[in-house]
Amino acid sequence: MDCVVTGGNVKVLAKAIHSLSRIGEELYLEPVEDGLALRSVNSSRSAFACFLLSPLFFQRYQAASDQSFRCKMPIKSVQAVFKSLASLDRSVEKCRIQLNSEKSRLTITLHCKHGLLKTHNLSFQDCESLQAVFDKESCANVLQAQPRLMVDTVLHFPPSLDEVNLSVSSDRVWLRNHVEDDADSLRAMMTELCLSSEEFDHFAVGTQTSVTFCLKELRGLLVFAESSGLPVSMYFDEPGSPVILSVTDSVLEANFVLATLSEDSHPKNHVNSDTKHPDTEQPPDDFMSDDMDSFLIAMETSELPGPSHAPASPPRPSNNRKHSFSEEEALAEGPPNKKFCSLFFGSVLPTSSQLPNQTMQSQEVLASDSEDENQTETS
Amino acid sequence: MPLSTQSQADIDQYILIASLDNARNLSNILKAISFRDHAIFNATQNGLKVTVEDSKCLQANAFIQVGVGGQLTSFKTQSQVCVCTALRMCYNGYGYPLTLFLEEGGVVTVCKINTQEPEEPIDFDFCSTNVTNKVILQSDSLKEAFSELDMTSEVLQITMSPSHPYFRLSTFGNSGNAHYDYPKDSDMMELFQCTKIQTNRYKMSLLKPSTKALALSCKVSVRTDSRGFLSLQYLVRNDDGQICFVEYYCCPDEVEEE
Repeated sequence: MDCVVTGGNVKVLAKAIHSLSRIGEELYLEPVEDGLALRSVNSSRSAFACFLLSPLFFQRYQAASDQSFRCKMPIKSVQAVFKSLASLDRSVEKCRIQLNSEKSRLTITLHCKHGLLKTHNLSFQDCESLQAVFDKESCANVLQAQPRLMVDTVLHFPPSLDEVNLSVSSDRVWLRNHVEDDADSLRAMMTELCLSSEEFDHFAVGTQTSVTFCLKELRGLLVFAESSGLPVSMYFDEPGSPVILSVTDSVLEANFVLATLSEDSHPKNHVNSDTKHPDTEQPPDDFMSDDMDSFLIAMETSELPGPSHAPASPPRPSNNRKHSFSEEEALAEGPPNKKFCSLFFGSVLPTSSQLPNQTMQSQEVLASDSEDENQTETS
Repeated sequence: MPLSTQSQADIDQYILIASLDNARNLSNILKAISFRDHAIFNATQNGLKVTVEDSKCLQANAFIQVGVGGQLTSFKTQSQVCVCTALRMCYNGYGYPLTLFLEEGGVVTVCKINTQEPEEPIDFDFCSTNVTNKVILQSDSLKEAFSELDMTSEVLQITMSPSHPYFRLSTFGNSGNAHYDYPKDSDMMELFQCTKIQTNRYKMSLLKPSTKALALSCKVSVRTDSRGFLSLQYLVRNDDGQICFVEYYCCPDEVEEE
């Protein structure tokens, strides 16, 4: 693998990495034909982000010679390479990312002004491909706004706020902080913002709905979007299906996939601000019971989006360490009462031609590596 | 100004009087080397030399030109000196405290700091004739490198060579290693005199304090001698255009010769 980024794109790359660091602690790197995929997932698997940098983003792009190279490394190590973010565009002329396979090191070289050369040899771990299953096209609701609008809206919520609720009707959008239905709700401060459809560049509401998701992870994308000036698109459906935030331009595509609370008895219409408190939140704990089954069904029926293409290599059974989410995949067949975190993932990239049940079988193969995880969650 | 109201008789009792109109420069320099609690003050005709040492491996010296009257003297005292606008430093001699007169806006503060027996500062025996490799760099480029250094690395390795990589700073941390290379023809490189390739490692914890002096400086000279001892000399130009020097001596962790 040998890629070269020049000029302003070095800063974009650095910002993408910083943005991913708001999601998870590890950076998953996978050079594919379509471009370089940089991904991250949070520890509870309720948030996933992927930046796909197309070959045009680079001055030179050469994916790995053995097509299945992928690795992960602590994201802090990569952030350290791009530490002085503010001065990056002034000081760095070129950034080169190469795989040194003999030494198992990823070498990132920054060619700076005045002839200064910074070389970082980072160690990495082999890993399975990390790809959440999601399909933007099948979402009933699509909004697109300038990043400034979203940043200004989100500003009204305290940085410590975890979850936020987004409700849409045919001509309006409400954003409010989500409050648990317990004693605290009496003391909680409720904040609600209402935006008219006119504020959006694109407003297509198929079904009036209300979804709740984590705000913290969203902020990571907003920081990137604001600096790039690109509009942010939101794709969402009913509660329980993830909300997808997307930023795209000709050379890159960023998708942030955030799980939403699924509330079976939650009224779909949250139009009136009178009914502020969602009634009956069924889950006793914070995160929802997860609609694993319906998600797997969605896998069957929907097309996987572009970036998920990967060579149809069979799963590599044993050369990687135990991964917690491969265990979770194995548990997928069990009752869906896990946190909504573990929902999205296909542990090994299935190609669209693979049948879902084959995928399940291959997941089983993976599971056999780990210790007998037959403490299948039962609540 | 009020400091001048000291009578001649008062002034005569001091064996050292050092005056500064703007003590901020002194304050900054002292902060740059005050990584330990105590410092040795050495006053000569040429100015003031303040020395701080750490674990017999590291020595920092600050040379400050001040208006000095009096004799050669040396004492040890607290290195954290609080200064404001105008300063007069007076010393009666052995056993007496260091007296500081600080004047700002007409208010004079008198501060007496106890002095102690100074230990003999280590003589690193670093003389110019033994210098194997020497470079002088503009500080800006080093400042950035030092601010980015991987602190999980226990050592900073410095390679100086007449051929590639010329001047290289390396770290070996938790996530891997990193190298910062300065070519000899870089426009940040003011002087490049390397006779043979030398690679030495120095404890990061010892060199970390030097970043304060680096931050103040405009140029830095890096020299190593045949034993691998490191000398860093920082040229600090203060607001009045006056020049001060801060130098660090550090002994190597291990000597590696390639």
